[in-house]
Amino acid sequence: MTPAEKAAAPVRVLMAKVGLDGHDRGVKVVARALRDAGMEVIYTGLHRTPEQVVGSALQEDVDVIGVSLLSGAHMTLLPRLLELLREQGIGDKILIAGGVMPDEDAAALKQMGVAEIFGQDTPPADIVAAVHRMVGEQRAAVGTG
Amino acid sequence: MTATGEATRLARGVLAGETLAIARMISQVERGTADGTADLAEIYRAGGRARVIGVTGPAGAGKSTLVAVLAAELRRRGLTIGIVAVDPTSPYSGGSVLGDRIRMQALWDDPGVFIRSMATRHALGGLARATGDAVAVLDAAGKDVVIIETVGVGQDEVEIARTAHTIVVVSAPGLGDDIQALKAGLLEIADVHVVNKADREGADRTIAELRAVQALAARTGWQTPVLATCAESGDGVPAVADAVDAHHRWLLEGGELEDRERAIAAYRLKTLLTALVHERVDRPTPGSAFAAAVDALYRRTLDPWSAALALLDEAGGPTKGTA
Repeated sequence: MTPAEKAAAPVRVLMAKVGLDGHDRGVKVVARALRDAGMEVIYTGLHRTPEQVVGSALQEDVDVIGVSLLSGAHMTLLPRLLELLREQGIGDKILIAGGVMPDEDAAALKQMGVAEIFGQDTPPADIVAAVHRMVGEQRAAVGTG
Repeated sequence: MTATGEATRLARGVLAGETLAIARMISQVERGTADGTADLAEIYRAGGRARVIGVTGPAGAGKSTLVAVLAAELRRRGLTIGIVAVDPTSPYSGGSVLGDRIRMQALWDDPGVFIRSMATRHALGGLARATGDAVAVLDAAGKDVVIIETVGVGQDEVEIARTAHTIVVVSAPGLGDDIQALKAGLLEIADVHVVNKADREGADRTIAELRAVQALAARTGWQTPVLATCAESGDGVPAVADAVDAHHRWLLEGGELEDRERAIAAYRLKTLLTALVHERVDRPTPGSAFAAAVDALYRRTLDPWSAALALLDEAGGPTKGTA
């Protein structure tokens, strides 16, 4: 595919809640903001397992996987997601996370390969801008590579 | 184009039934890229074995839930499944929230089911432009059955009838005057009628009305059944699977399958050709025959009818009656 063709395709994002966490207001607000920014958002609902999230991301061929975590289990669930993505041959997908995480955890997760961590107070517009930027960079890299 | 190597590799993956290759090729055909076109050419001949089931009906009737339980039932009968679930693109932002997959979570852990959500990307008619291509990919990948779920439709979105072998029209009681809508467009294309949410008040009336209208319809040999389901609980779903199977047998034994497949092929070719013509005339390349004809019209050295017919002749031979 030519770089122009690839750049023109709508951004596809999978949004998920993993683990025992029933708070889905934030993830829905973000899903809507991404949609309103022209993206195709596949919302997968509450209480998903990392396996289900990665299986869905694989079939849907999304650019970005957005995980909302308010349960405190981010240090187990996010590394597991990264591991599964690599196992499935889709380690190139951009994994982002949002929720309540201490700064040192966020830094460690980014070190492991989570592309970005958003706090609860991040305005949706900032998330939209960050997703556009990351996908744009990745598509440009693939297009010329 | 350096695409050929990549195309062949992806096509091989699809033919081997690899999930990642299927997913990537569907993205390519959705984008309509040169790679996607080359890939499709590689795999198209390998297809033609899958049974294609279309599930359509008004918004809120329970299409996604029914697709999920129908797919699960067909899985129990030993069939592998591909699902293409279409949702509308916002006319304002160009974005969409694709929510069909969430109703199908019982299928997520089953490697015999491939689910793909697809936005219409502004196509009309209840399907996306690339839906037919995605079906071709799943077919070539060896899925026994491909189920297409349309967007929630009104009266006119009957494109599914030119894309699938068997059409299941889902309705539900309490959706107001939807039976009226069904009478006009969707009723004529139904091979199987499902009245979902049959545990709700008014279901008996909806079923009776559909049966009454059905009795009036002059159809060819196939008696369209009207079935009641409660997709949430799974009640009535085996009967839907039976009806879908029976319709497929009828298509095979009655020789109707060839007619349908020819109609599907003709429709795909027609829509693709029309789209390509639109594209070429909307953005004509300088020096093309179209641009030359525009110039000739402007100079009044040629009239519009002669110019248009000449362009058509050039593209596909003389049309009948003008030769």
